[in-house]
Amino acid sequence: MTKNIRLVLGALVGILLLRNLYVILFNLPDEMEQGPVYRIFYYHLPAFFAAILCYITALVASSMYLIKKNLRYDAIAMSATEVGLAFAAVNLTTGMIWGRISWGIWWAWDARLTWALICWLVYFGYLMLRQAIDDPTERAKNSAVLSIFAFVSVAITYKAIEWWRTQHPGPVLSIRTGKQLIDPIMENMLYMNFLALATLAVLMVIIRLNQEEMQRQIDGLRRRAHAI
Amino acid sequence: MDDRNIQFMFWGLATAWGLLAIYVVMLAAREGRLKKQLDSLKRMIEEKQ
Repeated sequence: MTKNIRLVLGALVGILLLRNLYVILFNLPDEMEQGPVYRIFYYHLPAFFAAILCYITALVASSMYLIKKNLRYDAIAMSATEVGLAFAAVNLTTGMIWGRISWGIWWAWDARLTWALICWLVYFGYLMLRQAIDDPTERAKNSAVLSIFAFVSVAITYKAIEWWRTQHPGPVLSIRTGKQLIDPIMENMLYMNFLALATLAVLMVIIRLNQEEMQRQIDGLRRRAHAI
Repeated sequence: MDDRNIQFMFWGLATAWGLLAIYVVMLAAREGRLKKQLDSLKRMIEEKQ
């Protein structure tokens, strides 16, 4: 069953990503002021939202673990966090490449950039913390608490472009601003690539979750092998 | 539009795809390693029993 879901999602993601790449490269016009380099946004922005989706999943799963004490929720939180970090890394690095040509610098200690980096480091710390605790229930409890607190950095990163108007461009999506600040064709492409990256994130979380189950099976078999 | 603009667009898209591809490879490698461990443990337990 899970294998079939993975295959269907994998095929869907592959088709969506390739279709979007074709449209981004060959169908959409250059942006008037920035030229071709603005196409980086079609990955930069959707990757950010895919990472947020993962962190929200981790927040909900961590809260559920603290309520239900079921290790399955801990596995979901860990899987979503790891996948979220991969997408946040895409967001950070593509932003740096765009910044180099648009601002002339790779990095600025702007509020949004700094909080995005802090957010990445906090969630990376979450994965490090898990490595340091051997007992599964203790590890799950401490990680869940950290994951809930870590989400504050996600909320601040999201709101940073409204609270502090510094170097990073302000919000552009009409669903956030209520105004049509960019061409609807370009905005639709952002949503289409978010759909592709979000589906990829779901697939990755399912795969990672399956690996956690395998790891638990391995731990159980190891204990059994020692007992025989 | 200068060549650097197109070059940076290429590097931006390549980085996005590359990072995700690296993570997919890491996932696949981990899956293979776990499957191997699981199979060898199952075999070991069967032999012991």
